[in-house]
Amino acid sequence: MELTGAEITIRCLQEEGVEYIFGYPGGAVLFIYDELFKQDKVKHVLVRHEQAAVHAADGYARSTDKVGVALVTSGPGVTNAVTGIATAYLDSIPLVVISGQVPTSFIGEDAFQEVDAVGITRPCVKHNFLVKDAKDIASTLKKAFYLAKSGRPGPVLVDIPKDVSNQKTEFSYPETVHIRSYNPQVQGDIGQIKRAAQMLLEAKRPMVYAGGGVVLSDASKQLTELVRLLGSPCTNTLMGLGGYPASDKQFVGMLGMHGTYEANMGMQNCDVLLAVGARFDDRVIGNVAHFNSVPRKIIHIDIDPASISKRVKVDVSIVGDVANVLTDLLAVLNSSKQKPDAAALKNWWKQIDEWRGSNSLSYKNSSELIKPQYVIETLHKITQGDAYVVSDVGQHQMWAAQYYKFDQPRRWINSGGLGTMGFGLPAAMGVQLAHPGATVACVTGEGSIQMNIQELSTCKQYNVPIKIIALNNRYLGMVRQWQEFFHGNRYSHSYMDALPDFVKLAEAYGHVGILVEKPSDVEGALKEAFARKDELVFLDFRTDSTENVYPMVPGGKGLSEVILAEDL
Amino acid sequence: MRHIISLLMENEAGALSRVAGLFSARGYNIESLTVAPTEDPTMSRMTIVTSGSDEVIEQINKQLNKLVDVVTVMDLTDGDHIERELMLVKVLAQGDAREELKRIADIFRGRIIDVSDKTYTIELTGAGSKLDSFLQAIDRGLILETVRTGASGIGRGDRILKL
Repeated sequence: MELTGAEITIRCLQEEGVEYIFGYPGGAVLFIYDELFKQDKVKHVLVRHEQAAVHAADGYARSTDKVGVALVTSGPGVTNAVTGIATAYLDSIPLVVISGQVPTSFIGEDAFQEVDAVGITRPCVKHNFLVKDAKDIASTLKKAFYLAKSGRPGPVLVDIPKDVSNQKTEFSYPETVHIRSYNPQVQGDIGQIKRAAQMLLEAKRPMVYAGGGVVLSDASKQLTELVRLLGSPCTNTLMGLGGYPASDKQFVGMLGMHGTYEANMGMQNCDVLLAVGARFDDRVIGNVAHFNSVPRKIIHIDIDPASISKRVKVDVSIVGDVANVLTDLLAVLNSSKQKPDAAALKNWWKQIDEWRGSNSLSYKNSSELIKPQYVIETLHKITQGDAYVVSDVGQHQMWAAQYYKFDQPRRWINSGGLGTMGFGLPAAMGVQLAHPGATVACVTGEGSIQMNIQELSTCKQYNVPIKIIALNNRYLGMVRQWQEFFHGNRYSHSYMDALPDFVKLAEAYGHVGILVEKPSDVEGALKEAFARKDELVFLDFRTDSTENVYPMVPGGKGLSEVILAEDL
Repeated sequence: MRHIISLLMENEAGALSRVAGLFSARGYNIESLTVAPTEDPTMSRMTIVTSGSDEVIEQINKQLNKLVDVVTVMDLTDGDHIERELMLVKVLAQGDAREELKRIADIFRGRIIDVSDKTYTIELTGAGSKLDSFLQAIDRGLILETVRTGASGIGRGDRILKL
């Protein structure tokens, strides 16, 4: 039987087991929306802005190990989606974004709501397709899901012209997919793994540095086992938090620009560094020349060969899926007669504990002003460390990363690479839909939340009971902090005047709003909010507007050139 | 250092722009880029001449490999290879110069492929440096137009780039 392109599109989504699709209708996708209407397997969530559709699909993907799916119309639908796509691209999140396009005969004529979707998204997708014939829809979508999820994951855009979605053809969903030009290497080279094992066993001051690749590859178990076997300290990047349990004594905290003193000093002073699913990002290692100025051996495990020796030269490179490589590495280590050098490790830990003693995350609490760190610590306490914490971008993001101790992967959801303000609320929506009974907190600021505040409406429509923890300091805090440190206290346009009354705003959308102005009310307010299991609660915490994020490695500086709170 | 990179890619709309976009987005140099379908019409072969430090060249090769449409990549500079470029030069060929130009074209094994009473169009093939030498050998004032294809390259002997 012949089906239309639109019917085929929906059938493909069903075949892929897609549970939710986040989208916004428009002219070019009307046939596809018509088919959505006629079925109930794939649930559609109507967002209020296309950027939010992609972030919601992204949050859904990050908190599960599934592919997130978004559907947008042509022209402004696609351009609005671009920020979401770029966000997913920078953090290697598997997404399939389906966009409508003007009819094929109109393409290139500057038709109504026409943009070159494939051209605009090319630099921020793993791959993209323009489907010119309905008979290619099924194979293209099969490829899209496969590309999004396999190898180094990423977003894939499929652009479908309106006439193609109405064109009839035979449908059969391909069972297998083969792309001759695409063969990601998932198994690590055993020779290299043996070299790495030997290097690790001979290390006097080993350090494990693990990133988002561990989370994406679901390799936390293997990582934890490896770190315990090696007896080494382990640090996580912003993207890797939860990949190693934060409450474990071998965990030395997050590293990087706002990392702990012990993590950064460990990076700089180790003799063998094992990098796992991490890419030596500028926010992570600071100044490259400074980073390279000390002798140490580096082992790098990554699925993407292009990530290896991109910013930092490494001694042993292992291309492969992190989970597979770690499993093989563990097998080699377990079968080796040699054991890690206990005496050397003892000395190394003595040094690390000394650094730890600096207590770089300590802060002075106040009985007058609400300290943002205190809010996050209390959030951790009230949720018993078991919440999905979805963050926006800015100071609150760093405080959430530092003070909410993540013991499990996929619990910390944030835009690390692109740093997209406005990510939090829609992503939290996706997370809550993926985990209906779970506790989901969206940690945000008064700046970020306003970038996608309209999604409060979507949350109402679909009963998404997330808890919004707004650390409202009346400033674009991270901008203000940089202006204080590096621009002579000239707070150029970082003060937010004329803020809305967030309590009334939440109420206007049909939710509950709570204003919290005193430190003594923080715990009670959080308890009340989380007790309202079925309601979205917007907590407006008026926090200390002068608080800064410490420690801080200023841009362009080395990891040991850190500013600690006590220095000032 | 100058590198000549050969690659096979899917002969699909947009594949070329993915390669060109990669070079501009990541700030790599392109000295020349040539592309045409191969004996297998589903595949195109591209030759890119670029330059950069060893680290940059390594990244270029890896990033090219990462493109989904790229089937295989070979840095020809890593081994023995041959490169050839085609140039067409239209020159003012009048009076004494007419004979002189013919002689220089012969020395460079060029061929005159179009003649008018005022002009010659000379076809010349070779490595880029040979084409440069030819242009230096003739009076610059006589050159009306030049068009060069950019280098195409192939490995010597057993060095074969195939799927």
